[in-house]
Amino acid sequence: MLEKAFFIPFYPLLAFLVIVFFTRWKEKLSSGISIAMVLLGFLHSLAVLIAMLGRDGRPLELAYTFIDHPSIKLELGMWIDGLTAVMLMVVTIVSSCVQIYSLGYMKDDPRWSRYYSYLSLFTFSMLGLVIANNFFMIFIFWELVGLTSYLLIGFWFEKKSASDAGKKAFITTRIGDLGFIVGLMILVAYAGTLNYQEVFAKVTSGAIPANIIALAGVFVFCGAVGKSAQFPLHVWLPDAMEGPTPVSALIHAATMVAAGVYLVARAMTLFAGSASAAMVIAVIGMITSFIAATIALTQNDIKRVLAYSTCSQLGYMIMALGLYGVDLAHDPHTHSVGYYAGTFHLMTHAFFKALLFLGAGSVIHAVHTNDINDMGGLSKKMKITTTTFFIASLSIAGIFPLSGFWSKDEIIAATVHHPFFMTVTLLIAFMTAFYMFRLCFMTFTGEPRDKHRFEHAHESPKSMTGPLIALAFLSVFAGWVGLPWLKHGFSWFVYHGEHQVHHPNYILMVVSTVVALSGIGLAYLVYYKKAISADAIAERFKPLYKLSFNKWYFDEIYDAVIIKPVLGFTRVLWWFDANIIDGAVNGSGWLTVKWSDLKMWFDKYIIDGAVNGLGYICQAGSWALKFIQSGSVQFYALFMLGSAVGFVIYRVTPDGFYYYLAGVVILALARLLSRISRTNRLKTEPDIEG
Amino acid sequence: MEFSPSQLIFYLLSFIIIVSSIYVVTLKNIFHSAIFLILTLFSVAGIFILLGAEFLAVSQVLIYVGAVSVLMIFAIMLTSRLASKKIVQSNEQVTTAIFICAGFLLISLGSFANTVWRVNTEPLPENNIMTIGQLLMTDYVLPFEVVSIVLLAALIGAIVLSRKAGA
Amino acid sequence: MLQYLALAAILFAIGVFGVLTRRNAIGILMSLELMFNAVNINLVTFNKYVGGDVLAGQIFSLFVIVIAAAEAVVGLAIVLLLYRNWRGIDVDRINVMKW
Repeated sequence: MLEKAFFIPFYPLLAFLVIVFFTRWKEKLSSGISIAMVLLGFLHSLAVLIAMLGRDGRPLELAYTFIDHPSIKLELGMWIDGLTAVMLMVVTIVSSCVQIYSLGYMKDDPRWSRYYSYLSLFTFSMLGLVIANNFFMIFIFWELVGLTSYLLIGFWFEKKSASDAGKKAFITTRIGDLGFIVGLMILVAYAGTLNYQEVFAKVTSGAIPANIIALAGVFVFCGAVGKSAQFPLHVWLPDAMEGPTPVSALIHAATMVAAGVYLVARAMTLFAGSASAAMVIAVIGMITSFIAATIALTQNDIKRVLAYSTCSQLGYMIMALGLYGVDLAHDPHTHSVGYYAGTFHLMTHAFFKALLFLGAGSVIHAVHTNDINDMGGLSKKMKITTTTFFIASLSIAGIFPLSGFWSKDEIIAATVHHPFFMTVTLLIAFMTAFYMFRLCFMTFTGEPRDKHRFEHAHESPKSMTGPLIALAFLSVFAGWVGLPWLKHGFSWFVYHGEHQVHHPNYILMVVSTVVALSGIGLAYLVYYKKAISADAIAERFKPLYKLSFNKWYFDEIYDAVIIKPVLGFTRVLWWFDANIIDGAVNGSGWLTVKWSDLKMWFDKYIIDGAVNGLGYICQAGSWALKFIQSGSVQFYALFMLGSAVGFVIYRVTPDGFYYYLAGVVILALARLLSRISRTNRLKTEPDIEG
Repeated sequence: MEFSPSQLIFYLLSFIIIVSSIYVVTLKNIFHSAIFLILTLFSVAGIFILLGAEFLAVSQVLIYVGAVSVLMIFAIMLTSRLASKKIVQSNEQVTTAIFICAGFLLISLGSFANTVWRVNTEPLPENNIMTIGQLLMTDYVLPFEVVSIVLLAALIGAIVLSRKAGA
Repeated sequence: MLQYLALAAILFAIGVFGVLTRRNAIGILMSLELMFNAVNINLVTFNKYVGGDVLAGQIFSLFVIVIAAAEAVVGLAIVLLLYRNWRGIDVDRINVMKW
C-alpha cells in the first residue's frame, strides 16, 4: 500500500470528475460518491501511516522525471515520510468529517452537487500538496487549493460579501504566491532542480550562497504567509468566514491554512540554512499570533473569533518552526523541539479547530446568526454541541490531558532559548484561553439574550453531531501520540534531521497549565459569574479595546495605504486611458479619418484627376489629332512628305529645321482657320456633277 | 558664258517643261491640263534626245504621248463634262504643299549641288538602240519578262476594275 | 549635268505639288506622270554622266515608262470605278477613311 500512496489524491479527484461529468443532477449520489472516495482515501492513508510506523518514519520517494535538463529538472513524484503520513491522515479525517457533517449542514442547498465536487477537488489538491516530492508539484497544488478556497468562500456568491471575500482571499494569497514563485525561480536558478531532497542537499552542502538561501527562504516563506494567513497577509482569513461553515472548518482551519505551516516544516532545511530567514519566520509567526489573539478577545462574531484564533495558532506553529530553524542554523545538533512542536500542534490543532468550527456551524445552524450577543444558554438545547465545543476549547486552551496541552506545551518548550518569545507565547496562551472561554460562556451559558432565536434552536441532526463526536474524541486523544514519556512517540516519527527524543519538562507544563487556567478563570469571572464587567474593562482600556475591536485597523490601513493609492493610481491610469490613450486612439482614428479624407480627396482629384485628366488630354489630343485623319489621301501624302522633308532638313541643318517646322505649323494653323471660315462656302459649292 | 546650241535647246525645253508642268498641276480645266501634259512629255522626250537616249525618247513619245495621254483624255471625257465649268481643281492644302515642295526642292538641289559626282567621261555607245535590245535580251531579260507580266496583270486588272458590275 | 538634275528636281517638285493639291483623280495621275518623267530624266542623266553599267539607266527608264503606263491604265480604271460609285472623282470628297 505504501508504494501506491500516490493513489490517495486520486480518489477525491475521481469523485470530482464523476460528479462534474455524470452525477451532477443526482445530488444524493454525488455526495455519496464524494464521501465514499474520501473515506477510501482515509483508509489508504491509514494503511500508509501504519506502513510508515512500521519503518520508523524512514522516507520513501517515488518519482517520474518528465523534464531532465541541466538547468531545470521537473518531476512528478511522491515523498512520504512521517510528516506526510500524518498530514494525509489529518486531511482525510477532517475532510471525511466535514463532508459527512455537510450532509446535514448543507441540506436543501440548491448547489449541493457543486459543493461536493468542490470539496472533492479541494481534498485532491490538499492531498497532492502533501504528497508532492518537489516544489514544482507543491506549487501546482498550492494554486489548486487556492482556487478551490476561492470557489468555496464565494460559494454563496449571491451575497456580495461572500464574493468579495472570495476575491479578497484569492488576491491576498496571490500576493504571497508571487513571492513563492519568485523563491522557486531563485531555487531553480541556483539549484537547477526543485526536488526537495536535491535542493536540500545543495543547501546543506553549501553549493548555494548563504545570502541566496536567505533570499529564497524568505520568498518561499511569502507563500506560506499568504496561505497560512500570517501577518501582514492575514486579513483574508476572517473574511473567508463568509463561506459555508464546514468549508471554514476544512479549509480555513484545519487543512489549507495549515499548508503554509506544512511548507515551512517541509522546507525546514532551506530555512534553517539561514539564521536570518528563520528568524524572520519566527518573528512573523509571533507577531501574527499576538495580533490575532488580541483581536480575538473582542470580536462578537463566533466564526471570526475562531478565525483569529486560527491565525493565532498558525502563528504559534510558524514561530515554533522558525525558532527551530534559528536554533538549527546556530547549532546543527540542537535539541530544540520547535520542529516537533510545530508539526505536532499542526495535527492536534487541525482536529480541535475543525471541531470548534463544526460546533460553531452547529450553533449557527440552530440559531441562524453569527453574533454571540444574540446567543446564550444554548447548552440547554444542544447537549452534544456544547460538550464537544467545551472539549475543543479546553484542548485549545491547553488543559491537561487534552491533546492541545501536549502540543502547546511543546511550543512553549521550543522557546526556552528565546525568553522574549517565551513571554509572548505565554501571554498568547493566556489570551487564547480567555477568548475561547469567553466564546463558550457567551454562547452556551447564562440566560438566552434572544428569546426568539433560543426557542427555535435545536440540536443538530446525527450527520452533524457524529463528526463532532469523532473529532472530540480526536481532540482528546490525538495528542497522546506525542506524550513526552513515550520513547517512540510523535517526535520519533516526525522529525527533521535525526531522530530526537524529548524529555518532559514539568516546570513548563505547570506554568502553561496555570496560564491557561488563569485565562479560563478570568473568562469565567467576567462572562459566567459576571463578577467583573466586561464593559468596565473595555472602558478602562478603551484605546486598546478599540484597537482590538477594530482588528488593529488592518483593513483600514490597507485600504488607506494600498487600496486607496492603488485605486487612485488606477483612477489616474483610467484618466490617462480615458483621455490620453483614448484620446490618442481617437485622435489617431480622427487623424486616420482625416488622412483618409485627404487621400480620398487626393484620389478623387489628383489620381482620378490624373487618370481622367490623362483621358481628357488623350480625348482632347485625339480630338485635335483626328483632324490629321481627314480621310484625305492627299493630306496623308502631304503629311508624309512634310515629315520626310523635315527629317532630312533636320539631318542636314538643324537650324533650318526649326524655320521649316515653324512654317509648317503656321501654315497648318492658317489652313485650319481658313477651313473653319470657309466651311459654309465649301458647302454651297456646286458639285462637279452640277 | 558661252551658249552651245544644245544648251540653248536644253534651256528652251526646260522652260517649256517647267511652265507646262506648272500648268498641268494648276489649270482649272482638266482637259487643258492634259494638253499641257502632252507638251511636257514631248519636251521631256527632247531632253532624252539631248541626253543621247534616242530609243527612250521614241518610247516616251509612243507610250506617254501616244498611249497614256490619250488614255487620260479618254478618262477625262468619261468622267466629266468638259463643256461646263471652271471648277476649283486644287484643294485647300495649296500653300502648305507649296511650302513643303519648296523645302523638298531646296534640299534636293542642295544635295545635288553638294554631292561630288564621279563623272564619267566615257562616251555612250553610238548605236544605243541595238545595245538596248541586246541588253534587254541578255542581262535584263528577267526584269523584261517580269515587266511583261506586270503589263499583263495591269491589262487584266484594268479590265476587271473597269467593267460594269454583272457585265 | 547639274542643270538636268535641277530640271528633274523642279519637275518632280511640281509633280509632287500636283499630287498634293489636285482634287481631280485624273489630275493626280497626270502629276504622277510628271514625277515619273522627272525620275526618268534623272536616270538618263546619270546614265550619261555618271556611267556604271552600260545603258542601265536607259533600260531602267524604259521599265519605268512601262510601269508608268501600266500604273496609268490601272489608275484610270480605278478612277472610272470611283466615278461609277461616287458620281464624281474629287478625291477630297472620297474621305471614307475620315475619323
